[in-house]
Amino acid sequence: MAKLTIVQAVNAALRNELAKDKSVVLMGEDIGVNGGVFRATDGLHADYPDRVLDTPLSEAGIISTAFGMAVNGIKVIPEIQFSGFMYGPMEHIYAHIARTRTRSRGRFNVPMVIRTPYGAGIRALDLHCESGEAIFTQTTGLKMVIPSSPYDAKGLLISAIRDPDPVIFYEPMRLYRALKEEVPDEEYTIPLGEANVVQEGSDLTVVSYGAALRDAIKAVSQTGYSAEIIDLRTVIPIDTETIINSVKKTGRCVIVHEAPKSCGLAAEIIARINEKCFFNLKSPPERVTGFDTAVPFAKLENYYLPNEKRIIKSLNKVMAQ
Amino acid sequence: MVKKVIKTFEIEYLQVMDTEGKVDESLMPKLSDEQITEMYETMVLCRTFDDKGFNMQRQGRIGTFIQFKGQEASQVGSAYALEEKDWMVPMYRSGAAMITRGFPLIMLYQYFSGDERGMKVPDNINMLPMAIPVGTQSPHVTGLAMASKIKGDGAVALGYTGDGGTSKGDFHDALNFAGVFKSPAIIICENNQFAISVHRKDQTHSETIAQKALAYGIPGIQVDGNDIFAVYKATKEAVDRARAGEGPTLIENYTYRRPDHSTSDDAKKYRSEEEVKEWAAKDPIDRLRKYMMNKGILDDAKNEEIISKAKEKVEKAVEEYEKVSEPDPEDIFKYTYAEMTPNLKEQLEDLKD
Repeated sequence: MAKLTIVQAVNAALRNELAKDKSVVLMGEDIGVNGGVFRATDGLHADYPDRVLDTPLSEAGIISTAFGMAVNGIKVIPEIQFSGFMYGPMEHIYAHIARTRTRSRGRFNVPMVIRTPYGAGIRALDLHCESGEAIFTQTTGLKMVIPSSPYDAKGLLISAIRDPDPVIFYEPMRLYRALKEEVPDEEYTIPLGEANVVQEGSDLTVVSYGAALRDAIKAVSQTGYSAEIIDLRTVIPIDTETIINSVKKTGRCVIVHEAPKSCGLAAEIIARINEKCFFNLKSPPERVTGFDTAVPFAKLENYYLPNEKRIIKSLNKVMAQ
Repeated sequence: MVKKVIKTFEIEYLQVMDTEGKVDESLMPKLSDEQITEMYETMVLCRTFDDKGFNMQRQGRIGTFIQFKGQEASQVGSAYALEEKDWMVPMYRSGAAMITRGFPLIMLYQYFSGDERGMKVPDNINMLPMAIPVGTQSPHVTGLAMASKIKGDGAVALGYTGDGGTSKGDFHDALNFAGVFKSPAIIICENNQFAISVHRKDQTHSETIAQKALAYGIPGIQVDGNDIFAVYKATKEAVDRARAGEGPTLIENYTYRRPDHSTSDDAKKYRSEEEVKEWAAKDPIDRLRKYMMNKGILDDAKNEEIISKAKEKVEKAVEEYEKVSEPDPEDIFKYTYAEMTPNLKEQLEDLKD
């Protein structure tokens, strides 16, 4: 057992799967000798030169060729350097990767994991800070995972790689090196589609995922409320059951995410709460999210992020009734 | 200061058989009489299928139908060069290539009637479902080929695109990645002169599509797409090179789309009927028949037999197609994920209620 950061945990999961399964292939820009711009693939090319491939600089080229590889028996793990560059390949993701299982009536699985760092808060450049998960939630046929801790990152990534369906694996850039925790050396998996109750509580339910979850935890700790904190971990499919069971108990809910507000994950979660436990609610659910704007540059990004101040405001609001 | 020519290029054009069915024996690919007969039978079957599909659409018996009439040599000749383990990636106008690989006729009629059961590629055929967004399939060919190279299974991948498809970034990605990774990929551009109404000259200022290969450091050739021997020869050589580890090839099959873009289109709006007639005179099936008759491989009686056998097969497919039961609404949910998610289970229950 060693203390690892999220980026080291990602590396450990990739290394584990490369060693275990000869059909695992990594591809992307600068992921080979350079080890990736965040070093997520550091050292892997040295050990697996034929299966850790530096590609030409074309996100659409990476994802479209990866699709062909996946259909032909390769468990391919392409990296897109920043999630803001996911939209060149989007036609392939939407029309082929997410849809080929349906289009071939189950003949072909597309077992690929698209890894990409997402989110604001590291003073990066324009279009290097997006949270685009809602774009993928309507891309039916995909799964999508967003870890918030090193332990989860390793277990979820191994599960994603072994999953027969295509998975978008969003890595929280802001947390890449922000926290360390004990991560077992040996392999383990965390099932996709299952949320994690980070902390039990009785006053209210806080639902979040990825980097925003850390802000939510900090915000809760500054109040005296007994909050049940749920880390979604998988945003497609959403673990509705865990959320509903919690809201039935607490009657109050705050959802926190970095992505824009309208039609974001929070909107869907509130819709499910309304459908399944509306009469258990003691106050209207709140959402603390990014705005329906472009992510601002570094000087203003902390206003955009669902910071502790904004989260506490919503916690107080749901508790006021 | 130095100013000099550092590279010059050439592009080959290949025709083995002229419109009268005369061949240049020195260019003739190695094919037995049986193989040539099989190619002819397949082309006749494809044409019969295509004509029937058009008629059925006009009679309201199937939905929007995409014809490939006139492109049989381009598709049958290229698909014929593949081995069973090889991959083929069709697009919506690749019906003849699909039939050559054994795709059931009935399933194509099902597909064009809005029945998704027609889209399942039979387990014994290495082929993707036909691509609908123009051009996206080309880099998939490269990826399939890259996988075969990594696995070392000796298979190659071949896919079709059109002249319109060469305008997409995907065409660039396909050739660029294929070149860099030396993947055993063959991209066939069926240059049929039209992308719906836009003429080939308005897709690219390049004199040929074949020459685009040179920018990627890979071989490119233009062939007479209505000459099945030229198509077969160019494809077979590309397949052999790919299998031998020598990398990808771009082949431009120079041909013509005689039908409308689809049964929803009216090509009279943008091209002359004289032009269509000129190309009908270069018909690929007529050309091969003339060759076979001259060679004594085929006579009128045998020809009639081939035509009536094709009609029989097509009629049988139509008969079966019209007897197919309605699909089950549960099918909508069944294939989205390897295992149905709780959300989908709930939505399926809603539908059943």
